[in-house]
Amino acid sequence: MTTRILYNLLQVAVVMTFAPLMAGVLAKLKEMVQSRRGPSVFQPYRDLWKLFHKDEVIPEESSWIFRVTPYIVFVTPIFVTLLIPVLTSYPLFFAFMGDMLGVGFVLALGGFFAALAAVDTANPYGPMGASRTRMVSFLAEPVFMIVFFTVSFVAGSTIPYIVQQSWVTPLANFFEPAHVLLLLAFFMLITAETGRIPVDNPSGHFELAMIDESKGLEYSGQGAALMKWGGWMKFFVLVCIYLNVLVTPWGLAGGQAAGEVFLAIPLVLLKILAFVLVLVVIESSLAKLRLFRISEFLGAAFVTAVAAMIAQLFAL
Amino acid sequence: MSQGFEPLLSALNALAGGLFLLSAFGMVATRQVLGCLRFFIAQSLLLAASAFLLGAAPLSAHLIAVGLLTIITKSWLLPWLLRRMVRQEVYTRREITQAVNIPSSLLIALGLVLGAYFLSAPWLPAGAAAGAGFVRINLPIGLAGLLLGAYTLAVRREALPQLLGLLAMENGAFFAGIAVAPGLSLIAELAVAFDVLVLAFVLGVLTRMIHERTGSTEVGRLAALKEEPFR
Repeated sequence: MTTRILYNLLQVAVVMTFAPLMAGVLAKLKEMVQSRRGPSVFQPYRDLWKLFHKDEVIPEESSWIFRVTPYIVFVTPIFVTLLIPVLTSYPLFFAFMGDMLGVGFVLALGGFFAALAAVDTANPYGPMGASRTRMVSFLAEPVFMIVFFTVSFVAGSTIPYIVQQSWVTPLANFFEPAHVLLLLAFFMLITAETGRIPVDNPSGHFELAMIDESKGLEYSGQGAALMKWGGWMKFFVLVCIYLNVLVTPWGLAGGQAAGEVFLAIPLVLLKILAFVLVLVVIESSLAKLRLFRISEFLGAAFVTAVAAMIAQLFAL
Repeated sequence: MSQGFEPLLSALNALAGGLFLLSAFGMVATRQVLGCLRFFIAQSLLLAASAFLLGAAPLSAHLIAVGLLTIITKSWLLPWLLRRMVRQEVYTRREITQAVNIPSSLLIALGLVLGAYFLSAPWLPAGAAAGAGFVRINLPIGLAGLLLGAYTLAVRREALPQLLGLLAMENGAFFAGIAVAPGLSLIAELAVAFDVLVLAFVLGVLTRMIHERTGSTEVGRLAALKEEPFR
């Protein structure tokens, strides 16, 4: 009992510690592909350290929402971490607190408050980015729902810990068309939700073209640090769901022993590194879509997800 | 002979079927002519993969020959022919005009796939008889491929993607056919493969003529009557 609570908290610690590292590795690899040197992989930690030691400036016109939002954006991925398998393949203490739909709602709460805070400042770029983010995420919502329904229909459960077992128990299940199509749809969903390249350019500094980044433009000091860290953690958590629940549920700890759980940390990080490599290839070879093409991109994701559902329903 | 391999082969065939469906969607969704051609090549390769998988379970030289034939004609000879026949600027043009915009087009395509599944549901074998798993995958997906090809043919306003839609219909029919009637004689398949080439050749010439006459290959423009100036 206590070990399960401890492991659950360990998961949170792992996510908090390694989320900036993943962002750093991604940035560094991207720079290397473009044959530049790039910052060190530990640069995100230094950024956080610097931002936490700076003064914070708050717009005079803004309300309490602006001040509360960094904490909400920071806390929501932590809540999600309690619900999903990061290190272990068996359910931990808080696993039954909420299902995958709960995960979606909690993450959406962070996005909702970030959009409100962006509107709250009088900065003209904030509301523009907020409305664009809303557009992207309401187009992404149906994809998430269909993926969620199909996955939970296959597993007969909506708890992520139980879902992960059902795709690989006979290995032939891995190659089911429904599974492969779902992987594709969820991957497109991740790029849309975290503002990666075909949908949004995370390293762009041009305010008019920003989608995801413009929500945090007005934050400084501690608020900016929390917003950034929260964004990295959200990305890390989504990748964890994708890898540990849908793609490769191997390498997770199966037993209660502490050694096994600690051994799972490097294995999970290795999986994430492989994912980051794929992401770097995609980000370096594709261009950002025009804003009104995003509906086509997410429409394709939706069609893929529905095709997965059809294939699953009729294969029985 | 290989009862143990059957589930794995069936699963791989299902995967090929899923990707086949996806490439049919890609042909509906893509804007570029070249992208459309690439999706068609991918679809033909997946068709060949399915034929190989079907031919491997009870080893049948005939199905493997069909797969080889598909690879040679559809993914190598046909694109080469089209590249030779149709002028290069058609491929470099970025946008294809469509009668229906792409998101609604995708939704309609989705409806067609659902329809294909419902239409083929009464004919699907239920039991675990030999090859039943293959028919359960190939018949609905082949039918869906046929319908999506017909849809591509209907909404595109450019000659080359229309031709590809027609060929995709043929791909869909083949995909269903190799599972439903694996005993079809090889001479029929050969005739079909040759037919496809002739079709591509004729339509390529036609496209070229249209291009010479009107200066573009947009079939949509031909709807307006154009009078020759009196000489």
